[in-house]
Amino acid sequence: MLRLLSLALFFATWMLGASLAGEQMLPGPVAVASAILGEARSGALFLHLGATLARVLLAFALAMTIGTALGLVMGRVPAADRLGDPWLLILLNLPALVVVVLAYIWGGLTEAAAIAAVAVNKLPTAIVTVREGARALDPGLDEMARVFAMPRWRTFRHVVLPQLFPYLAAAARTGLSLVWKIVLVVELLGRPNGVGFEIGIAFQLFDVTRILAYALSFTAVVLAIETFLVQPLERRASRWRLRPA
Amino acid sequence: MRIARKAFVSSSGEGGDVLRDIAFTLAHGEVGAFVGPSGCGKTTMLRIVAGLDTEFDGAVARPPGAIGMVFQEPRLLPWRTVDDNIRLIAPHVDEAKLAALFDTLGLATHRAHFPGELSLGLARRVALARAFAVEPRLLILDEPFTSLDQPLAVRLRDELAMLVDRRPVTTLLVTHDLDEAARLADRLFLLSARPARILAEVPIQQPRAARAPADIAALKAAIARQQPTSG
Repeated sequence: MLRLLSLALFFATWMLGASLAGEQMLPGPVAVASAILGEARSGALFLHLGATLARVLLAFALAMTIGTALGLVMGRVPAADRLGDPWLLILLNLPALVVVVLAYIWGGLTEAAAIAAVAVNKLPTAIVTVREGARALDPGLDEMARVFAMPRWRTFRHVVLPQLFPYLAAAARTGLSLVWKIVLVVELLGRPNGVGFEIGIAFQLFDVTRILAYALSFTAVVLAIETFLVQPLERRASRWRLRPA
Repeated sequence: MRIARKAFVSSSGEGGDVLRDIAFTLAHGEVGAFVGPSGCGKTTMLRIVAGLDTEFDGAVARPPGAIGMVFQEPRLLPWRTVDDNIRLIAPHVDEAKLAALFDTLGLATHRAHFPGELSLGLARRVALARAFAVEPRLLILDEPFTSLDQPLAVRLRDELAMLVDRRPVTTLLVTHDLDEAARLADRLFLLSARPARILAEVPIQQPRAARAPADIAALKAAIARQQPTSG
Protein backbone atom coordinates (compact mmCIF):
# COMPACT_ATOMS: atom_id res chain seq x y z
CA MET A 1 0.00 0.00 0.00
CA LEU A 2 1.20 3.47 -0.90
CA ARG A 3 0.51 4.91 2.57
CA LEU A 4 2.65 2.24 4.23
CA LEU A 5 5.45 2.83 1.77
CA SER A 6 5.32 6.53 2.46
CA LEU A 7 5.47 5.87 6.20
CA ALA A 8 8.48 3.59 5.71
CA LEU A 9 10.18 6.35 3.73
CA PHE A 10 9.53 8.73 6.64
CA PHE A 11 11.29 6.41 9.09
CA ALA A 12 14.16 5.82 6.69
CA THR A 13 14.67 9.58 6.32
CA TRP A 14 14.50 9.96 10.07
CA MET A 15 17.14 7.27 10.61
CA LEU A 16 19.38 8.78 7.97
CA GLY A 17 19.00 12.23 9.53
CA ALA A 18 19.77 10.81 12.97
CA SER A 19 22.98 9.16 11.77
CA LEU A 20 24.05 12.41 10.09
CA ALA A 21 23.14 14.82 12.89
CA GLY A 22 24.15 12.60 15.77
CA GLU A 23 22.04 11.13 18.59
CA GLN A 24 22.32 14.34 20.61
CA MET A 25 20.53 16.53 18.07
CA LEU A 26 18.18 13.96 16.52
CA PRO A 27 17.81 10.61 18.24
CA GLY A 28 16.76 7.74 15.96
CA PRO A 29 13.38 5.97 16.01
CA VAL A 30 14.72 3.18 18.23
CA ALA A 31 15.91 5.56 20.94
CA VAL A 32 12.61 7.45 20.85
CA ALA A 33 10.60 4.23 20.97
CA SER A 34 12.48 3.02 24.00
CA ALA A 35 11.94 6.40 25.66
CA ILE A 36 8.20 6.10 24.99
CA LEU A 37 8.27 2.60 26.46
CA GLY A 38 10.12 3.82 29.53
CA GLU A 39 7.64 6.64 30.15
CA ALA A 40 4.76 4.25 29.58
CA ARG A 41 6.15 1.78 32.11
CA SER A 42 6.45 4.44 34.80
CA GLY A 43 2.88 5.54 34.04
CA ALA A 44 3.95 9.15 33.47
CA LEU A 45 3.16 8.94 29.76
CA PHE A 46 -0.49 8.07 30.34
CA LEU A 47 -0.87 10.67 33.06
CA HIS A 48 0.34 13.44 30.78
CA LEU A 49 -1.37 12.16 27.66
CA GLY A 50 -4.61 11.87 29.62
CA ALA A 51 -4.33 15.39 31.01
CA THR A 52 -3.68 16.84 27.56
CA LEU A 53 -6.42 14.79 25.94
CA ALA A 54 -8.96 15.90 28.55
CA ARG A 55 -8.07 19.54 27.92
CA VAL A 56 -8.24 19.07 24.17
CA LEU A 57 -11.66 17.46 24.32
CA LEU A 58 -13.09 20.01 26.74
CA ALA A 59 -11.83 23.03 24.83
CA PHE A 60 -12.85 21.46 21.52
CA ALA A 61 -16.37 20.67 22.71
CA LEU A 62 -16.77 24.15 24.16
CA ALA A 63 -15.55 25.91 21.02
CA MET A 64 -17.61 23.72 18.68
CA THR A 65 -20.85 24.13 20.65
CA ILE A 66 -20.61 27.89 21.00
CA GLY A 67 -19.15 28.25 17.51
CA THR A 68 -21.98 26.26 15.92
CA ALA A 69 -24.64 28.27 17.73
CA LEU A 70 -23.09 31.64 16.86
CA GLY A 71 -22.24 30.60 13.30
CA LEU A 72 -25.80 29.46 12.73
CA VAL A 73 -27.27 32.71 14.01
CA MET A 74 -24.79 34.81 12.00
CA GLY A 75 -25.43 32.81 8.86
CA ARG A 76 -29.19 33.16 9.07
CA VAL A 77 -29.75 36.62 10.58
CA PRO A 78 -28.08 39.39 8.55
CA ALA A 79 -28.22 41.87 11.44
CA ALA A 80 -26.40 39.42 13.72
CA ASP A 81 -23.82 38.90 11.02
CA ARG A 82 -23.10 42.61 10.68
CA LEU A 83 -22.99 42.94 14.46
CA GLY A 84 -20.71 39.99 15.02
CA ASP A 85 -18.40 40.32 12.05
CA PRO A 86 -15.98 42.93 13.48
CA TRP A 87 -15.63 40.89 16.66
CA LEU A 88 -14.94 37.84 14.58
CA LEU A 89 -12.20 39.64 12.65
CA ILE A 90 -10.54 40.79 15.85
CA LEU A 91 -10.70 37.30 17.35
CA LEU A 92 -9.40 35.70 14.16
CA ASN A 93 -6.35 37.94 14.12
CA LEU A 94 -5.58 37.82 17.83
CA PRO A 95 -2.42 35.71 18.25
CA ALA A 96 -2.97 32.54 20.27
CA LEU A 97 -0.14 33.43 22.60
CA VAL A 98 -1.74 36.77 23.53
CA VAL A 99 -5.03 35.08 24.39
CA VAL A 100 -3.25 32.48 26.53
CA VAL A 101 -1.11 34.98 28.42
CA LEU A 102 -4.04 37.32 29.04
CA ALA A 103 -6.25 34.44 30.19
CA TYR A 104 -3.60 33.41 32.74
CA ILE A 105 -3.14 36.99 33.95
CA TRP A 106 -6.87 37.61 34.32
CA GLY A 107 -7.95 34.17 35.42
CA GLY A 108 -4.88 32.97 37.28
CA LEU A 109 -2.97 29.79 36.47
CA THR A 110 -6.16 27.73 36.61
CA GLU A 111 -7.62 24.92 34.58
CA ALA A 112 -10.62 27.06 33.67
CA ALA A 113 -8.42 29.85 32.32
CA ALA A 114 -6.38 27.35 30.32
CA ILE A 115 -9.38 25.72 28.66
CA ALA A 116 -11.14 29.02 28.05
CA ALA A 117 -8.01 30.36 26.35
CA VAL A 118 -7.85 27.39 24.00
CA ALA A 119 -11.58 27.53 23.26
CA VAL A 120 -11.38 31.25 22.43
CA ASN A 121 -8.60 30.49 19.96
CA LYS A 122 -10.64 27.85 18.17
CA LEU A 123 -13.97 29.69 18.36
CA PRO A 124 -13.65 32.15 15.42
CA THR A 125 -12.68 29.53 12.83
CA ALA A 126 -15.58 27.34 13.96
CA ILE A 127 -17.96 30.29 13.63
CA VAL A 128 -16.69 31.19 10.16
CA THR A 129 -17.04 27.63 8.87
CA VAL A 130 -20.50 27.05 10.31
CA ARG A 131 -21.63 30.46 9.09
CA GLU A 132 -20.72 29.42 5.54
CA GLY A 133 -22.82 26.30 6.04
CA ALA A 134 -25.76 28.26 7.42
CA ARG A 135 -25.67 30.57 4.40
CA ALA A 136 -25.79 27.58 2.07
CA LEU A 137 -28.91 26.05 3.66
CA ASP A 138 -31.52 25.06 1.09
CA PRO A 139 -34.48 27.48 1.30
CA GLY A 140 -36.66 24.90 -0.45
CA LEU A 141 -36.32 22.40 2.36
CA ASP A 142 -36.89 25.17 4.86
CA GLU A 143 -40.21 26.01 3.20
CA MET A 144 -41.14 22.37 3.11
CA ALA A 145 -40.58 22.10 6.87
CA ARG A 146 -42.67 25.21 7.40
CA VAL A 147 -45.62 24.14 5.28
CA PHE A 148 -45.76 20.76 6.97
CA ALA A 149 -45.41 22.49 10.37
CA MET A 150 -42.43 20.43 11.42
CA PRO A 151 -41.56 21.10 15.08
CA ARG A 152 -38.45 23.25 15.58
CA TRP A 153 -36.24 20.62 17.12
CA ARG A 154 -37.10 18.03 14.49
CA THR A 155 -36.43 20.55 11.75
CA PHE A 156 -33.06 21.34 13.26
CA ARG A 157 -32.09 17.71 13.70
CA HIS A 158 -33.29 16.33 10.37
CA VAL A 159 -33.32 19.28 7.99
CA VAL A 160 -30.68 21.75 9.17
CA LEU A 161 -28.06 19.58 10.86
CA PRO A 162 -27.52 17.18 7.94
CA GLN A 163 -26.93 20.16 5.67
CA LEU A 164 -24.43 21.60 8.14
CA PHE A 165 -22.66 18.31 8.61
CA PRO A 166 -19.92 18.76 5.97
CA TYR A 167 -19.13 22.15 7.46
CA LEU A 168 -19.14 20.80 10.99
CA ALA A 169 -16.84 17.98 9.92
CA ALA A 170 -14.46 20.47 8.31
CA ALA A 171 -14.52 22.62 11.44
CA ALA A 172 -13.88 19.55 13.60
CA ARG A 173 -11.00 18.39 11.40
CA THR A 174 -9.08 21.63 11.46
CA GLY A 175 -10.25 22.30 14.99
CA LEU A 176 -8.85 19.16 16.55
CA SER A 177 -5.33 19.73 15.24
CA LEU A 178 -5.42 23.44 16.06
CA VAL A 179 -6.73 22.84 19.57
CA TRP A 180 -4.13 20.29 20.52
CA LYS A 181 -1.32 22.53 19.35
CA ILE A 182 -2.59 25.41 21.45
CA VAL A 183 -3.19 23.15 24.44
CA LEU A 184 0.54 22.39 24.44
CA VAL A 185 1.31 26.12 24.62
CA VAL A 186 -1.14 26.54 27.48
CA GLU A 187 0.43 23.64 29.33
CA LEU A 188 3.93 24.91 28.73
CA LEU A 189 3.05 28.31 30.18
CA GLY A 190 0.99 27.44 33.17
CA ARG A 191 -0.01 23.86 33.91
CA PRO A 192 1.73 21.33 36.14
CA ASN A 193 1.07 18.37 33.85
CA GLY A 194 0.30 17.38 30.27
CA VAL A 195 2.39 16.88 27.16
CA GLY A 196 3.20 20.59 26.88
CA PHE A 197 4.49 20.68 30.45
CA GLU A 198 6.73 17.65 29.79
CA ILE A 199 8.08 19.20 26.62
CA GLY A 200 8.85 22.37 28.54
CA ILE A 201 10.95 20.41 31.02
CA ALA A 202 12.66 18.49 28.24
CA PHE A 203 13.45 21.78 26.55
CA GLN A 204 15.22 23.03 29.65
CA LEU A 205 17.32 19.86 29.66
CA PHE A 206 17.76 19.85 25.87
CA ASP A 207 16.37 16.31 25.96
CA VAL A 208 15.36 15.85 22.31
CA THR A 209 14.50 12.18 22.83
CA ARG A 210 11.87 13.06 25.42
CA ILE A 211 10.45 15.87 23.30
CA LEU A 212 9.99 13.50 20.38
CA ALA A 213 8.66 10.74 22.60
CA TYR A 214 5.84 12.90 23.93
CA ALA A 215 5.09 14.69 20.70
CA LEU A 216 4.85 11.46 18.70
CA SER A 217 2.75 9.73 21.34
CA PHE A 218 0.17 12.46 21.26
CA THR A 219 0.22 12.66 17.49
CA ALA A 220 -0.62 8.96 17.54
CA VAL A 221 -3.55 9.65 19.85
CA VAL A 222 -4.88 12.36 17.52
CA LEU A 223 -4.46 10.08 14.51
CA ALA A 224 -6.35 7.35 16.34
CA ILE A 225 -9.21 9.74 17.12
CA GLU A 226 -9.31 10.78 13.48
CA THR A 227 -9.26 7.21 12.15
CA PHE A 228 -11.52 5.51 14.65
CA LEU A 229 -13.92 8.29 15.56
CA VAL A 230 -14.09 11.13 13.02
CA GLN A 231 -13.87 9.10 9.83
CA PRO A 232 -16.42 6.41 10.75
CA LEU A 233 -18.82 9.13 11.90
CA GLU A 234 -18.36 10.92 8.61
CA ARG A 235 -18.95 7.74 6.65
CA ARG A 236 -22.09 7.03 8.60
CA ALA A 237 -23.48 10.50 8.11
CA SER A 238 -22.78 10.56 4.39
CA ARG A 239 -23.89 7.03 3.57
CA TRP A 240 -26.81 8.46 1.61
CA ARG A 241 -24.27 9.91 -0.80
CA LEU A 242 -22.18 6.80 -1.23
CA ARG A 243 -24.84 4.54 -2.63
CA PRO A 244 -25.05 4.63 -6.38
CA ALA A 245 -28.24 5.96 -7.92
CA MET B 1 -70.15 21.21 4.77
CA ARG B 2 -67.30 23.37 5.76
CA ILE B 3 -66.28 26.07 3.39
CA ALA B 4 -62.70 27.03 2.87
CA ARG B 5 -62.64 30.56 1.75
CA LYS B 6 -59.52 32.16 0.37
CA ALA B 7 -59.43 35.60 -0.98
CA PHE B 8 -56.63 38.00 -1.47
CA VAL B 9 -56.14 41.01 -3.58
CA SER B 10 -52.94 42.05 -5.29
CA SER B 11 -49.51 40.97 -4.29
CA SER B 12 -46.85 43.48 -5.23
CA GLY B 13 -43.57 42.02 -6.25
CA GLU B 14 -40.68 43.92 -7.80
CA GLY B 15 -41.74 46.02 -10.74
CA GLY B 16 -45.47 45.71 -10.46
CA ASP B 17 -48.16 43.30 -9.49
CA VAL B 18 -47.82 39.59 -9.92
CA LEU B 19 -51.38 38.85 -8.95
CA ARG B 20 -54.33 41.15 -9.19
CA ASP B 21 -57.82 40.83 -7.71
CA ILE B 22 -57.75 37.11 -7.27
CA ALA B 23 -60.59 35.91 -5.09
CA PHE B 24 -62.02 32.44 -4.91
CA THR B 25 -63.62 29.98 -2.57
CA LEU B 26 -63.38 26.24 -2.46
CA ALA B 27 -65.89 24.06 -0.69
CA HIS B 28 -64.69 21.30 1.60
CA GLY B 29 -63.40 18.39 -0.45
CA GLU B 30 -63.45 20.36 -3.66
CA VAL B 31 -60.55 20.22 -6.08
CA GLY B 32 -59.79 23.57 -7.65
CA ALA B 33 -57.37 23.70 -10.55
CA PHE B 34 -55.68 26.87 -11.72
CA VAL B 35 -54.57 26.88 -15.31
CA GLY B 36 -52.49 29.62 -16.80
CA PRO B 37 -49.43 30.36 -18.91
CA SER B 38 -46.06 29.73 -17.28
CA GLY B 39 -44.68 32.62 -15.32
CA CYS B 40 -48.08 34.13 -14.66
CA GLY B 41 -47.73 33.95 -10.90
CA LYS B 42 -49.34 30.62 -10.13
CA THR B 43 -46.58 29.56 -7.79
CA THR B 44 -46.68 32.94 -6.06
CA MET B 45 -50.35 32.42 -5.44
CA LEU B 46 -49.78 28.97 -3.99
CA ARG B 47 -47.04 30.26 -1.72
CA ILE B 48 -49.46 32.84 -0.37
CA VAL B 49 -52.16 30.24 0.16
CA ALA B 50 -49.64 27.96 1.89
CA GLY B 51 -48.60 30.77 4.22
CA LEU B 52 -45.03 30.87 2.93
CA ASP B 53 -45.41 34.39 1.58
CA THR B 54 -46.99 36.94 3.87
CA GLU B 55 -46.05 40.05 1.92
CA PHE B 56 -49.34 40.69 0.18
CA ASP B 57 -52.50 42.71 0.52
CA GLY B 58 -55.57 40.73 1.28
CA ALA B 59 -56.53 37.79 3.41
CA VAL B 60 -56.41 34.04 3.14
CA ALA B 61 -58.71 31.83 5.18
CA ARG B 62 -57.39 28.30 5.39
CA PRO B 63 -59.32 25.36 6.78
CA PRO B 64 -57.99 24.42 10.22
CA GLY B 65 -55.65 21.46 10.30
CA ALA B 66 -52.64 20.20 8.45
CA ILE B 67 -51.53 21.39 5.05
CA GLY B 68 -50.06 18.94 2.58
CA MET B 69 -48.01 20.41 -0.19
CA VAL B 70 -46.31 19.04 -3.27
CA PHE B 71 -43.76 21.46 -4.65
CA GLN B 72 -42.56 21.68 -8.22
CA GLU B 73 -39.44 19.83 -7.13
CA PRO B 74 -39.88 16.86 -4.79
CA ARG B 75 -38.02 18.59 -1.91
CA LEU B 76 -37.25 15.41 -0.04
CA LEU B 77 -34.54 15.14 2.59
CA PRO B 78 -31.75 13.41 0.64
CA TRP B 79 -30.10 12.13 3.86
CA ARG B 80 -33.18 10.26 5.05
CA THR B 81 -34.78 7.18 3.57
CA VAL B 82 -38.12 7.34 1.80
CA ASP B 83 -39.76 5.87 4.89
CA ASP B 84 -38.11 8.39 7.21
CA ASN B 85 -38.92 11.27 4.88
CA ILE B 86 -42.58 10.53 5.41
CA ARG B 87 -42.46 9.56 9.07
CA LEU B 88 -40.56 12.70 10.02
CA ILE B 89 -43.32 14.82 8.51
CA ALA B 90 -46.18 12.61 9.65
CA PRO B 91 -44.98 10.99 12.89
CA HIS B 92 -48.44 9.77 13.89
CA VAL B 93 -49.25 8.12 10.59
CA ASP B 94 -51.09 4.83 10.89
CA GLU B 95 -48.91 1.94 9.72
CA ALA B 96 -51.67 0.27 7.69
CA LYS B 97 -52.65 3.54 6.05
CA LEU B 98 -49.05 4.27 5.19
CA ALA B 99 -48.62 0.82 3.67
CA ALA B 100 -51.77 1.33 1.60
CA LEU B 101 -50.48 4.70 0.45
CA PHE B 102 -47.15 3.21 -0.58
CA ASP B 103 -49.00 0.45 -2.42
CA THR B 104 -51.22 2.88 -4.31
CA LEU B 105 -48.25 4.91 -5.43
CA GLY B 106 -46.09 1.90 -6.27
CA LEU B 107 -43.51 2.77 -3.65
CA ALA B 108 -43.71 -0.34 -1.50
CA THR B 109 -40.32 -1.65 -2.63
CA HIS B 110 -38.57 1.71 -2.26
CA ARG B 111 -39.20 2.45 1.41
CA ALA B 112 -35.60 1.86 2.47
CA HIS B 113 -34.07 3.79 -0.42
CA PHE B 114 -32.58 7.23 -0.22
CA PRO B 115 -34.11 9.91 -2.48
CA GLY B 116 -30.89 10.09 -4.50
CA GLU B 117 -31.46 6.53 -5.59
CA LEU B 118 -34.90 7.29 -7.01
CA SER B 119 -35.85 8.50 -10.45
CA LEU B 120 -37.61 11.85 -10.62
CA GLY B 121 -40.94 10.11 -11.14
CA LEU B 122 -40.49 8.03 -8.01
CA ALA B 123 -39.30 11.02 -6.01
CA ARG B 124 -42.44 12.91 -7.05
CA ARG B 125 -44.54 10.00 -5.84
CA VAL B 126 -42.77 10.14 -2.48
CA ALA B 127 -43.56 13.85 -2.29
CA LEU B 128 -47.18 13.00 -3.07
CA ALA B 129 -47.21 10.27 -0.43
CA ARG B 130 -45.75 12.71 2.09
CA ALA B 131 -48.48 15.25 1.39
CA PHE B 132 -51.20 12.63 1.86
CA ALA B 133 -49.61 11.03 4.91
CA VAL B 134 -50.26 14.10 7.05
CA GLU B 135 -53.99 13.66 6.30
CA PRO B 136 -54.24 17.27 5.24
CA ARG B 137 -57.33 19.43 5.37
CA LEU B 138 -55.81 21.42 2.55
CA LEU B 139 -53.74 19.93 -0.23
CA ILE B 140 -51.62 22.21 -2.39
CA LEU B 141 -50.10 20.90 -5.59
CA ASP B 142 -47.69 23.03 -7.59
CA GLU B 143 -47.31 21.53 -11.07
CA PRO B 144 -46.73 18.16 -9.47
CA PHE B 145 -46.09 16.30 -12.71
CA THR B 146 -43.95 18.65 -14.78
CA SER B 147 -40.86 17.32 -16.50
CA LEU B 148 -42.13 13.76 -16.43
CA ASP B 149 -42.72 11.87 -19.62
CA GLN B 150 -46.34 11.82 -20.75
CA PRO B 151 -47.35 8.21 -19.90
CA LEU B 152 -45.88 8.51 -16.42
CA ALA B 153 -47.55 11.88 -15.84
CA VAL B 154 -50.88 10.36 -16.89
CA ARG B 155 -50.44 7.44 -14.55
CA LEU B 156 -49.50 9.61 -11.59
CA ARG B 157 -52.44 11.86 -12.36
CA ASP B 158 -54.78 8.87 -12.18
CA GLU B 159 -53.21 7.77 -8.93
CA LEU B 160 -53.75 11.25 -7.56
CA ALA B 161 -57.38 11.22 -8.68
CA MET B 162 -57.82 7.91 -6.87
CA LEU B 163 -56.28 9.26 -3.66
CA VAL B 164 -58.45 12.39 -3.72
CA ASP B 165 -61.61 10.32 -4.30
CA ARG B 166 -60.72 7.94 -1.50
CA ARG B 167 -60.31 10.66 1.08
CA PRO B 168 -61.91 13.95 0.06
CA VAL B 169 -59.67 16.89 0.78
CA THR B 170 -59.86 20.49 -0.30
CA THR B 171 -57.26 20.66 -3.01
CA LEU B 172 -55.60 23.47 -4.88
CA LEU B 173 -53.83 22.39 -8.03
CA VAL B 174 -51.80 24.62 -10.25
CA THR B 175 -50.81 23.51 -13.72
CA HIS B 176 -50.25 24.74 -17.24
CA ASP B 177 -51.62 21.48 -18.56
CA LEU B 178 -55.34 21.67 -19.40
CA ASP B 179 -55.57 17.89 -19.67
CA GLU B 180 -54.40 17.49 -16.13
CA ALA B 181 -56.79 20.15 -14.84
CA ALA B 182 -59.78 18.73 -16.74
CA ARG B 183 -59.04 15.26 -15.42
CA LEU B 184 -58.64 16.21 -11.77
CA ALA B 185 -60.65 19.31 -10.95
CA ASP B 186 -64.14 19.97 -9.67
CA ARG B 187 -63.71 23.60 -10.51
CA LEU B 188 -61.41 25.16 -13.07
CA PHE B 189 -59.96 28.63 -12.85
CA LEU B 190 -58.36 30.15 -15.92
CA LEU B 191 -55.64 32.66 -15.19
CA SER B 192 -54.40 35.46 -17.43
CA ALA B 193 -50.78 36.30 -18.09
CA ARG B 194 -48.97 38.39 -15.50
CA PRO B 195 -50.33 40.14 -13.53
CA ALA B 196 -52.56 37.11 -13.11
CA ARG B 197 -56.29 37.60 -12.89
CA ILE B 198 -59.02 35.01 -12.95
CA LEU B 199 -60.42 35.05 -16.48
CA ALA B 200 -63.06 32.41 -16.00
CA GLU B 201 -64.35 29.94 -13.46
CA VAL B 202 -65.59 26.63 -14.84
CA PRO B 203 -67.31 24.16 -12.53
CA ILE B 204 -67.19 20.53 -13.64
CA GLN B 205 -70.17 18.50 -12.49
CA GLN B 206 -69.22 15.10 -13.82
CA PRO B 207 -67.50 12.97 -11.14
CA ARG B 208 -63.80 12.40 -11.70
CA ALA B 209 -64.02 8.64 -12.06
CA ALA B 210 -66.67 8.89 -14.79
CA ARG B 211 -64.73 11.22 -17.03
CA ALA B 212 -63.86 9.51 -20.28
CA PRO B 213 -61.23 10.85 -22.68
CA ALA B 214 -64.05 12.16 -24.88
CA ASP B 215 -65.54 14.13 -21.97
CA ILE B 216 -62.16 15.64 -21.20
CA ALA B 217 -61.71 16.61 -24.83
CA ALA B 218 -65.14 18.26 -24.82
CA LEU B 219 -64.27 20.09 -21.64
CA LYS B 220 -61.04 21.30 -23.14
CA ALA B 221 -62.83 22.54 -26.24
CA ALA B 222 -65.33 24.41 -24.08
CA ILE B 223 -62.50 25.97 -22.14
CA ALA B 224 -60.57 26.88 -25.27
CA ARG B 225 -63.60 28.85 -26.44
CA GLN B 226 -63.52 30.83 -23.19
CA GLN B 227 -59.81 31.47 -23.36
CA PRO B 228 -59.06 32.45 -26.93
CA THR B 229 -55.66 33.99 -26.15
CA SER B 230 -54.04 30.89 -24.66
CA GLY B 231 -52.18 28.64 -27.02
